[in-house]
Amino acid sequence: MRFMVLVKASDASEAGVLPSAELLGKMGQFNEELVRAGVLLAADGLQPTSKGTRISFAGPRPTVTDGPFTETKELIAGYWMLQLKSKDEAVAWLSRAPFDSGEVVEIRQVYEAEDFAPVFARSEPG
Amino acid sequence: MSSVETQRTLDALWRIESPKLIAGLSRIVRDVGVAEELAQDAFVSALAQWPESGIPRNPGAWLMAVAKRRAIDRFRREDLRERKHQELARDHQLQRLGESDTDTRDDDIDDDLLRLIFIACHPVLSADARVALTLRLLGGLSTGQIARAFLVAEPVVAQRIVRAKRTLSEARVPFEVPNAAEREARLASVLGVLYLIFNEGYAASAGDDVLRPQLCDDALRLGRVLAQLLPDDPEVNALVALMEIQASRASARVNASGEPILLLDQDRGKWDQLLIRRGLAALERAEGLGGASGPYALQAAIAACHARAATPDQTDWTRIAALYDALVVVLPSPVVQLNRAVAVGMAYGAAAGLELVDALMSEPALKTYRLLPSVRGDLLEKLSRFGEAQAEFSRAAELSQNARDRAVMRERAARCARR
Repeated sequence: MRFMVLVKASDASEAGVLPSAELLGKMGQFNEELVRAGVLLAADGLQPTSKGTRISFAGPRPTVTDGPFTETKELIAGYWMLQLKSKDEAVAWLSRAPFDSGEVVEIRQVYEAEDFAPVFARSEPG
Repeated sequence: MSSVETQRTLDALWRIESPKLIAGLSRIVRDVGVAEELAQDAFVSALAQWPESGIPRNPGAWLMAVAKRRAIDRFRREDLRERKHQELARDHQLQRLGESDTDTRDDDIDDDLLRLIFIACHPVLSADARVALTLRLLGGLSTGQIARAFLVAEPVVAQRIVRAKRTLSEARVPFEVPNAAEREARLASVLGVLYLIFNEGYAASAGDDVLRPQLCDDALRLGRVLAQLLPDDPEVNALVALMEIQASRASARVNASGEPILLLDQDRGKWDQLLIRRGLAALERAEGLGGASGPYALQAAIAACHARAATPDQTDWTRIAALYDALVVVLPSPVVQLNRAVAVGMAYGAAAGLELVDALMSEPALKTYRLLPSVRGDLLEKLSRFGEAQAEFSRAAELSQNARDRAVMRERAARCARR
């Protein structure tokens, strides 16, 4: 199963302040460990919402609103996409993330085909 | 922290840490069975201590330190019974290890893991034993989980693993990466085991145990691990590419009732673009390493042609046919030859395809292979030879194992009969 791990935004991430060289180094090591374990599918850091845009579909026509957005704690600053056997495994991995100044990550399981219907059958040729 | 929570954490940590633990301990004790027991003992200690003490900051190092102490105790006990020169030497080595419980270098761990992979897939073991041992020692699966995934009884798998460990012990298989002379064949065995595990998961049917299709994930994960350990090996990267691209079609391969959908009929919108990108990148690495003509690289390149085509009619059949021409040389199986005939038929017309299929008609391995008459019927139909096509579709219906496919084949036979 897949988990998307969302890194919540902070005042610093929203201000576009890049992490220190030390944190970047540790983060690189952590990602490397995930890659070596064969569980990291993708990961990215996101630019602040001042460069972002929202499109809302409340009315008859989509409304486009440019950032920045204010509710910092609900914003996202980055993500990992992990392939794991259980949420416990995601917790065990993320407990090793090199954060130490109030960062919050949220672990969310990704819907997959088998959540919608019993799937998988014999292989096709080709 | 409650002991239930500790148990859940330890189950997760087993998947993360046990391969490294077993690999490191195997180097010290020179026996994968003993190494696995020591790793399990360390987890038992953790279950006893962590509810009180909390989870240590570096659980892997904690578990390794405990396991090493157990290893030392074990050898001291054995030495009391029978003190041999060889074990004295090992004792010295153990004491040195006991003193330096701090982090082992990543390179060392990598070497140990690689040795463990080669041992688990050692040719002295049967194919079944290699698969079971690989999933158990490197995949972190329990005997029960392996049994469920392979639809066999748990004692069967347990017996396989016990025997495999004994065989390795008795054959005194050294804990080392094979030398240059052996390497190619040994690596082929490792890749064969991973692809076998993957295909077992790929062959899962609707209603099978949920662990069964997960074998694809297990194989893919181990392939990715191996690609990190041997980044310069083209076939390792090629196998990863092949598995990533095949796994990308997982959600498109069956309909709502769990029946298979042929590649060309699949909804390409359901193909997983993340896995396709990863697969294409791995294939590019393999080809960049000069491995474009290896069996896995060719299969991955064929899969990549399909993955790159936004619609079936954009498929580059000429390239696929050329890739199959190369594949039948390195992997001359009847099924590959049949697939080649399909590709040639698509690229150069039904007559060219039929010529290749006709050459396979006396192939014993394809005698009851339902795709042979179904492919031949398709080509004959395209050539307006309806009578012969009808006979082939009827034969395909007889050989079919699945109701929907049988119905489709009967329908095609009836359509030919009306022409």
